[in-house]
Amino acid sequence: MKINDVILRTVTKTVVFIILTLGIYLFFAGHHAPGGGFIGGLVLASGIVLLYLAYDIETVHKGMPFDFKKVAALGVLLATGTAIGSLFFDAPFLTQTHSYINVPIFGKMGFSTVTIFEAGVALTVVGVVVTIILSISEDE
Amino acid sequence: MIDKILLLALALFSVSIALSLFRVIRGPSLPDRAIALDTIGVNLLSAIAIVSIILKTKAYLEAILILGILAFIGTIAFTKYIERGVIVERKSND
Repeated sequence: MKINDVILRTVTKTVVFIILTLGIYLFFAGHHAPGGGFIGGLVLASGIVLLYLAYDIETVHKGMPFDFKKVAALGVLLATGTAIGSLFFDAPFLTQTHSYINVPIFGKMGFSTVTIFEAGVALTVVGVVVTIILSISEDE
Repeated sequence: MIDKILLLALALFSVSIALSLFRVIRGPSLPDRAIALDTIGVNLLSAIAIVSIILKTKAYLEAILILGILAFIGTIAFTKYIERGVIVERKSND
């Protein structure tokens, strides 16, 4: 029997953009406001899970051909990479630094290496959550 | 004055959550429980908004948005389970 779920798919197409935007916002707001890599990664993963709910695994993998185990591995590599990178500047392990750089359009902006660490955390959370959901959904 | 109104609203929201909890426990069918859980989610979200007014902080606004998203996704997962018995399908059937 063919099930018609056009309302669910149309709502999902709009809502996934809002959820992913909120995830990116939470990730960048984590330095001065509630948020951060963990919550941002969880919200991004919940947007991807909503795509899996509205469509199916094959269709989503056609549009998003990532291996999510490799995404988690890349996240851990990024987080430990910023930790090890401080060793090359005669600083202790996990030392983080920040500076202010003049960007052409936006003016003076603060950049810190904690953002790279948090990006690693977010990628790890997205990879692990989606891997768990996909492995417990396989029934054959 | 405004504090009393906010506390009264909070009490009314907790009464509403308690009534929905009765429907979750005693609901004869599974869709009754799914709708009651969605109602509890929305009432909890409104209660967080009122608590953030009482505490005079903006730190809970992200929690409101995330709770709305999670209630939506949870309700969709429940309804897919009730209707088809499978939550994430492997192949497209059209």
